[in-house]
Amino acid sequence: MGYLLEVKNLTKRFGGLVAVDNVSMEVKEGEVVGLLGDNGAGKSTLIKMISGVYRPDGGKIFFEGKEVKIDSPIKALSIAIETLYQDLALAENLNVYSNIFLGREKLRKVLKFINVLDNNYMHEESKKILERLEIEIPSLRNRISMLSGGQRQAVAISRSIYWNAKLLIMDEPTAALGITEQKKVLDLINKLKSQGIGIIIISHQLYDVFSVSDRLVILRRGKKVGERNIKETNPDEIVSLIVGAEKVSEKIYPEDRN
Amino acid sequence: MEKMIIEKNGIRGFFMQLGNKWAIIFLLLEFTIFSFAIPGFFSFNGIQVLLINSPFILLLGLAETFVIISGGIDLSVGFIMGFASVVSAKLIAVFVELGINDLFSIIIGIIATLIIGTIPGLVNGILIGRLKVPAFIATFSMLGITHGISELLIEGSYAKNVPPLAGAIGNGSLINIVPGKTVSFFISPAVQRGEQLIEILPNMFVIPFIIIVVFAFILKRTKFGKHTYAIGGNVDAAIKAGINVKNHITKIYMLSSLFSTIAGILYMLRFVTGKADAGLVFLLDAIVAVVIGGASLYGGIGTVWKTLTGCFIILVLEMGLRMFGVPTFYKLIVVGIILIFAVLIDQFFPELIHKED
Repeated sequence: MGYLLEVKNLTKRFGGLVAVDNVSMEVKEGEVVGLLGDNGAGKSTLIKMISGVYRPDGGKIFFEGKEVKIDSPIKALSIAIETLYQDLALAENLNVYSNIFLGREKLRKVLKFINVLDNNYMHEESKKILERLEIEIPSLRNRISMLSGGQRQAVAISRSIYWNAKLLIMDEPTAALGITEQKKVLDLINKLKSQGIGIIIISHQLYDVFSVSDRLVILRRGKKVGERNIKETNPDEIVSLIVGAEKVSEKIYPEDRN
Repeated sequence: MEKMIIEKNGIRGFFMQLGNKWAIIFLLLEFTIFSFAIPGFFSFNGIQVLLINSPFILLLGLAETFVIISGGIDLSVGFIMGFASVVSAKLIAVFVELGINDLFSIIIGIIATLIIGTIPGLVNGILIGRLKVPAFIATFSMLGITHGISELLIEGSYAKNVPPLAGAIGNGSLINIVPGKTVSFFISPAVQRGEQLIEILPNMFVIPFIIIVVFAFILKRTKFGKHTYAIGGNVDAAIKAGINVKNHITKIYMLSSLFSTIAGILYMLRFVTGKADAGLVFLLDAIVAVVIGGASLYGGIGTVWKTLTGCFIILVLEMGLRMFGVPTFYKLIVVGIILIFAVLIDQFFPELIHKED
């Protein structure tokens, strides 16, 4: 079976620093892949190349079997790759529904030729999508700056799932959430997965990753140091891969040992 | 989950509400005080003079509104205005010399100036949007460039030989009535000695006001406006949402340049001349008008209508001081002080002036 997303030998440099070094990974339809690694391992840089924020310095990206050049966020969005960024990427001065529809505003015509924002439509649609997450937001006309961290996260998640993504990238989706909300998000991920959406999830919460992922990809210092099926591994092994404990070094970097 | 609701009751709530509306309250107070203190201030003529003096600050204020909401600043508006007054005056004089009739010379001259006048904005926009030059530096350089070119064009003097018809338009009103004789629209009629001329709504106010209404609508109701706010609020989020930020910023500075150009053309029509430093004093006024209207110099917040309030606070202040017989230099000092205070409030008590719409 073909892959939904296939990245081959992706590399990104920032000056002398190699942030992502020759990383390859795949995601199938309806598969959740956990992307793990310590701070600075290159997880965010890797997904930002897939979402069009960064341009890779080397390597190829295949989506639905065809090679794609993702040179801008617009391009990624246009082929149905949605991303939930760690910083949430919300405009705090705009209200909730404006953020959910940001860049893809619903318009209506007045006097048959003037395109204006269809605020009512966007308000109603946003309400529906937020109800799926069951996170209460007092008014969708409130600016983001008036919302709590959890509410903001809910808005960002809603935006990423509203647009019928084929591939959904979630960078720390549960970071600002309380325990009940975390569970709702994990349930949501399972539901999306059953609809055939491919998902890449980045999280420091190993418990979350283990409870939803099918496969794990582990990065360390920009390199891919391991890939495990969830059924054939355990958190201890994953942690040792993440931090690079000795027995792992033996396997991956035999040349490092004298 | 914690609910956050803007306070509307209690002393703090009262001050929050006051903070939100302070500009319009201040304007009404200012206007009332001057009306009582100065005979002739609140009169048909007084209001007329106020409106006739308004177009430059209104248009430059509109320009700065878009730019400041998008998170930038445009220091070149004043000298683009001067540049446009010079270019339009020069072009019209050339066309007249070529034997084209006055009205057509004026029309072609204005159209040509509108096109030329967007070029400084295009350059600003490319520098700021694409090449990541700080807005302050790019537009400050443009200030110097447009100033220099204007001075060269008029060789350090005034642009001359603009046909008197320009003045008749510039000093005309929407409706001009000579009782018992004629009614004309837009163009001021020739008046004999002893005749009375009733002017209703001067062109100098009507033209910028129409532009303001249109662009207030664009800013509030369209995608263009929404993206302007988004870029000012969080440029990173705007990029990630797929907005073409580089192009949008270029358009914003072109728009700013276009409004400044219209201001310059109005100056030429009103004073029948072009002057390199025609807009010198209006740069500060325009930025202050935007900021006291409640926009944030950090971007993302502000509206055209609030800028309009800010403009009239300054216009009323200026006219009041003049009618009091106080030198208008005091206005500059007061306006400068207001700007400093507005920015301090913005920095330390943002919640006082930035509420939900």
